[in-house]
Amino acid sequence: MHLATYLGLLDSSLRTLADAFRQVGAGHADEPDVQHTCATLAGHIDGQIESLAPVLERYGEHREPEPERLHAAGLPGTRSGGVGLLRDLQDLYLLASLTDLTWTVIDQAAQALRDHELINLKSTGQPGTERALGWLRTRIKQAAPQALVAAS
Amino acid sequence: MSDRTVDVWGPRTPHVRDSEWPVRVDQHLASGVAESDVHRWVPSACVLCSNGCGCEIAVRDGQIVGVRGRAEDAINRGRLGPKGLYGSWQWNGPDRLTTPLIRRDGKLVESDWDTAMELIVHRSRELLDEVGPLSHGFYTSGQLFLEEYYTLAVIGKAGLGTPHMDGNTRLCTATAAAALKETFGCDGQPGCYADVDACDALFLFGHNMAETQTVLWSRVLDRLAGPDRPRLVVVDPRRTQVARAAEESGGVHLAPLPGTNLALMNGLVRELIEHQWVDKDYVAAHTIGFDELTETVAPYTPEHVAEICRIPAADLCRAAEIFGGTERVLSTVLQGFYQSNQATAASCQVNNLHLLRGMLGRPGCGVLQMNGQPTAQNTRECGADGDLPGFRNWDNPEHIEQLARLWNVDELTIPHWAPPTHAMQIWRYAEQGSIRLLWISATNPAVSLPQLARIRDILAKDELFVVVQDGFRTETAEFADVVLPAAMWGEKQGTFTNATRTVHLSGQAIEPPGAARSDLDIFLDYARRMDFRDRDGKALISWSDPAGAFQAWQECSAGRPCDYTGLSYDALRTTSGVPWPHGQERLYTDATFPTRPDQCEDYGHDLITGASVPAEKYRAQRPDGRAFLKAAPYLPGPEQPTAEYPLLATTGRTVHHFHTRTKTGRAPRLRDAAPEPWVELSGQDAAALGVVEGDRVRVESVRGTVEAPVRIGQGRAGVVFLPFHYGYWDTDATGHDRAANELTATTWDPVSKQPLFKLAAVRVVPVNG
Repeated sequence: MHLATYLGLLDSSLRTLADAFRQVGAGHADEPDVQHTCATLAGHIDGQIESLAPVLERYGEHREPEPERLHAAGLPGTRSGGVGLLRDLQDLYLLASLTDLTWTVIDQAAQALRDHELINLKSTGQPGTERALGWLRTRIKQAAPQALVAAS
Repeated sequence: MSDRTVDVWGPRTPHVRDSEWPVRVDQHLASGVAESDVHRWVPSACVLCSNGCGCEIAVRDGQIVGVRGRAEDAINRGRLGPKGLYGSWQWNGPDRLTTPLIRRDGKLVESDWDTAMELIVHRSRELLDEVGPLSHGFYTSGQLFLEEYYTLAVIGKAGLGTPHMDGNTRLCTATAAAALKETFGCDGQPGCYADVDACDALFLFGHNMAETQTVLWSRVLDRLAGPDRPRLVVVDPRRTQVARAAEESGGVHLAPLPGTNLALMNGLVRELIEHQWVDKDYVAAHTIGFDELTETVAPYTPEHVAEICRIPAADLCRAAEIFGGTERVLSTVLQGFYQSNQATAASCQVNNLHLLRGMLGRPGCGVLQMNGQPTAQNTRECGADGDLPGFRNWDNPEHIEQLARLWNVDELTIPHWAPPTHAMQIWRYAEQGSIRLLWISATNPAVSLPQLARIRDILAKDELFVVVQDGFRTETAEFADVVLPAAMWGEKQGTFTNATRTVHLSGQAIEPPGAARSDLDIFLDYARRMDFRDRDGKALISWSDPAGAFQAWQECSAGRPCDYTGLSYDALRTTSGVPWPHGQERLYTDATFPTRPDQCEDYGHDLITGASVPAEKYRAQRPDGRAFLKAAPYLPGPEQPTAEYPLLATTGRTVHHFHTRTKTGRAPRLRDAAPEPWVELSGQDAAALGVVEGDRVRVESVRGTVEAPVRIGQGRAGVVFLPFHYGYWDTDATGHDRAANELTATTWDPVSKQPLFKLAAVRVVPVNG
């Protein structure tokens, strides 16, 4: 059974995402809303990682060998300026999308296994990722015209 | 009449519940002027707070010589506060701006209108060619008239096509508007001041009404002096006059730690649900989200709230009991919530309390999400702030089509790819250099915005062309490339709308000084010189006076919740103060809310991050006239006390001044009543620092320093209070250690984007000698 593999992917992608939010928040401290919201969202993701632990442990015992290139790389660093901010937010969006769909994949398996604990976990965890995606989309849409059209 | 700088609220006129507030006419004439000397009385309303008291301006020989309240006005029934009496015209003097100024060799020198306007138009055209409309930003006010805002909005949105327009209303009423939109789908004050006359309990959430709206507070005092006094519940970290009145009334004063309002509100809502003080039928028929609300507030037991807010759990329970067990409750909300952590979420919970009990749209059962400024409501309605005219929804293509048809411009001219840019972001773009023309009207950001050292740096940037339009040479004007002298209250005609949707026509009593012009004339002049045209080549702006602008606005507002078609200059001349729409005193009397997708002003936000709710998700909720019970968990504020900065500073108003004292600091009696800033410390903190009343201290945050004498207050320990009015125009000092905003942080609420003035970590250091 490969569910454990995917739970590992979820766990690692959440960790990568939390780190990336912290990185982008710190790297764009001159944008206070970005800094603050990134810190808040990173904190939420930490909570999801924590609540995932018991399930990881339960399925971890039956872990199969992982396929190659399973895990997404984190951010090498943040960029500067309006376009840099835009691009960093887009990187976050990609990482958050990976997490979002991984929740969906795991939920599908959880339903097939009739695993109530895991189904519940998904129903509390995935909205957090949706919230992050919603904020990123809003902030990217707001920032795009000025960064691409008016910034020198 | 007594000296109202001392006897601030004047004599009592007690009255019983449901009776009309008795008349008491306050009048003040310049010394040596008798009533018989007055040649004429010009109807107006006061612009020195958001109350909008109906008044008349006394004129003799082309000069304003006095003011009196209008007995027939429903807002004040004849009363005026100390600012209205002593600060309405007394600011006028030789330091008024009477001619345009332009910068030459680094200095502002006197010029003329043609030269000054051509400089602006030249730079404007140059930037439009080079960069496009996104190079232009407008930072306006809560002080202009409706006609001026609407004209400015059309210039910005249909002439230039820039989304960068906001008011200093962002600092004062943005959360009121945001909370109303989130809950009811649209801006619009549900309640009215007559609810004070009819309520059995009054809840004041972060609202020091005794100092912010003195005439409204007189109305409350008159109920408290009557036979069937309402109980007051007050949320404020300081022990204010209002807090003391609450205790005397048999109510409660809750003094939560700054930044924890939402925890407290979640606790109150939870208590209501726990004890089933809920109108289940109303909730079922007229709201969405009860289950989610219940789930969100579940962890906020009185004990948990007590721990977060550091208040007695029993006080919270008592407050909830009063809300839950009283027949008629009126709530008011102001800066203690709006300028603090999780502002919108906390203010939405006030709306929720009323929805849960079905207490809206009936006498004494109302919500007043207050405004700070006299014309803030018009900035919001007309779209001179981060909104579109007529409460239209930027994300609704049909609403954009309506505006495009009305203005006869291409839909794409009207920026609507995102909400209009909020003020804090406008300043950020100016800092980054992508906004290169910033036009500031009737506001003084060099004193009123957070983190002033940063604001001064932005204003001083060579590549930023700054236009300042004001009556005086403010701290901000000193940074301008062009200064335009503006006519002020009493020197021009126009309408404005107070915090309860009540519209007054303010007449022109005298001519403006020198070459000063009304803000409307200045905007119209710019539009003419820029030659803004519609799709058929006709002038975009067809009006040339206030009456014409009002008519254009009526057309724009028609069919929207803020419909002005039932009002007219003539009607406003006969009746002193008429609420929109169509004279309606209260909104939502039938519990139908403007949440239909085709009607609402906004699809709403996630209260934690400010993420916009997409249109399809909004529609899927099928709100269709029901209100939203929105909620969020408490999260600690962005700035917490540290070992280095162990105290929390909050800023606020003092009764004798308005804003940065541009007017009140020049009015002798008001200036004398509160000439210098101070730092309010709790007795405990003062003792720990070894300072007593009158000792000078330095308050320091990571961003700046303020030095002032100490006042010992009765606020909670750990909290420092500073009045935000004081700047630098009336000092000889060269340093920057007088304005409270030297200390405050550049950070804002995720939904309303209102800065968090009430949450800066500071330390206090005694100044020796």
